[in-house]
Amino acid sequence: MHIDDLASRSGEWLRGVGPQSDIVMSSRIRLARNLADFPFIRRCNDIDRANIDSTVRERLSKDEILKDLTFIDVATLANLDRQFLVERQLISREHANSDGARAVAIDGEEQCSLMVNEEDHLRIQVMKSGFDLDGAWDHINDLDDRIESQLTYAFHEKMGYLTACPTNVGTGMRVSVLVHLPALVITNQIERVFRSLQKINLAVRGLYGEGTQAMGDFYQISNQITLGKSEKDLINQVGEVVPVVIDYERKARKFLIEEDQNELFDQVSRAYGMLQTARRISSEETMYLLSRVRMGINLGLIGDLQIPKINELFIQTQPAHLQKIRQAPLSTDERNVERANFLHQHLKVSDN
Amino acid sequence: MKCQKCNKSATFHITDLTGDGVLALHLCSDCAKHYLQPETESIEAPEITGVLSQQLKLEQTAEDLQTLDARECPICGISFYEFRQAGRLGCPHDYVFFGDELEPLLVSVHGSNEHTGKHPVRGAYDAQSQTELIRLRSEMKQAVSREDYEKAQSIRDQIRAIEGHRRQSPNEPS
Ligand SMILES: [Zn+2]
Ligand SMILES: [Zn+2]
Repeated sequence: MHIDDLASRSGEWLRGVGPQSDIVMSSRIRLARNLADFPFIRRCNDIDRANIDSTVRERLSKDEILKDLTFIDVATLANLDRQFLVERQLISREHANSDGARAVAIDGEEQCSLMVNEEDHLRIQVMKSGFDLDGAWDHINDLDDRIESQLTYAFHEKMGYLTACPTNVGTGMRVSVLVHLPALVITNQIERVFRSLQKINLAVRGLYGEGTQAMGDFYQISNQITLGKSEKDLINQVGEVVPVVIDYERKARKFLIEEDQNELFDQVSRAYGMLQTARRISSEETMYLLSRVRMGINLGLIGDLQIPKINELFIQTQPAHLQKIRQAPLSTDERNVERANFLHQHLKVSDN
Repeated sequence: MKCQKCNKSATFHITDLTGDGVLALHLCSDCAKHYLQPETESIEAPEITGVLSQQLKLEQTAEDLQTLDARECPICGISFYEFRQAGRLGCPHDYVFFGDELEPLLVSVHGSNEHTGKHPVRGAYDAQSQTELIRLRSEMKQAVSREDYEKAQSIRDQIRAIEGHRRQSPNEPS
């Protein structure tokens, strides 16, 4: 598998299938783990980091499932390729931008990614399309067991899995569900939803970790606490609140339709038209318009487009993806023109 | 023209420089105000360094803090001062070595200081050989940088012995 092969595909979390996939894009779980016999990353020198990297590769090659993972050396990767992996959520922005020996191992479906030498020695991540936390947990729990049978984790009887930052200690687990909430944004209810989630110790971030001005109306809901509750409890905490948020979003959509269906139809159609006809367009504006169109498809206001197609456009119009697809480095201005071309091609009226 | 965020008429036309070029926004006055002054309230997890400095302010005199700051982990060498500045620990042993300071921190961040979740299937290294390996590796680094290769060699043999023992008996309870 080569990085360039990924560009034409959408990856697991954009497949647009699975439970509640009109509102829930993906379910993701990550586990932070450290090797028992190395200092944490902050106190590692180059030799330690290289040692961790090679130890992990060597040991994982002994497991019959883990041996099929593809290791990508992030340290020697071109800037554009690193950015590309960030856009696909296979590595974190921090992992892309840090220094020293580091890697990521991914599977062919892009469901699982294993960052080596991020803030912790290992960050294991599993993503599933739609609302499927149980599926994600079964998968990652098995991966974790397999890795643990090859490597010894830093673990303390009382404090659990030991992590570089005390905010991750215990389970080392972050559960997050990526939801699309355009109607709550339009009806100005999003802040209220955020505040109620914060009160029960859940965090809300944008698609790429930004704050309340999230791109494309995508939000990640995740747990804050990692210690004192079991993995199942933490999953349930997020798992119980997501259906409530879904219900709010559905009610807001219903409200928009009942209040003024023509107005909503107008907004959605204009967004669709802009995407089809623009000659230059920024990625922010694209996300904003795609979000409206996505909601329009889900509400039956647009009939000639499918959700997986829209999901694909969300990722393929990101800056690094656009450049990978065009196989050329592009300036911001050039990207805005290329992006408009790309959208024009893929949303042509004659296509249907 | 209608506001892009709600249905009112747009009276503000904002152009904003973003990472990806110029963004044109057409907003009503309410949405514009919100856009220009985003919520200051943080939605992020409490920064560990902030929680820690508050805890220390309440519990320590300046003198105590100075003594505490100077304490260094015997395994990885990180000082308490470095930890509270960076918010990141240096090695697994720090959880024990700085245990008295970490315990209230864990309680205020997580509401608990006791893990109730998953355990590794195999036994872990016993605590001593775990830290011993980290300590030996750092000693070996120092020996190499002094160009004392004889010493480095003997340390490497010790490391191999500990690792070898572990590998031969992977399921031995610790
Ligand atoms: Zn408005
Ligand atoms: Zn230490």
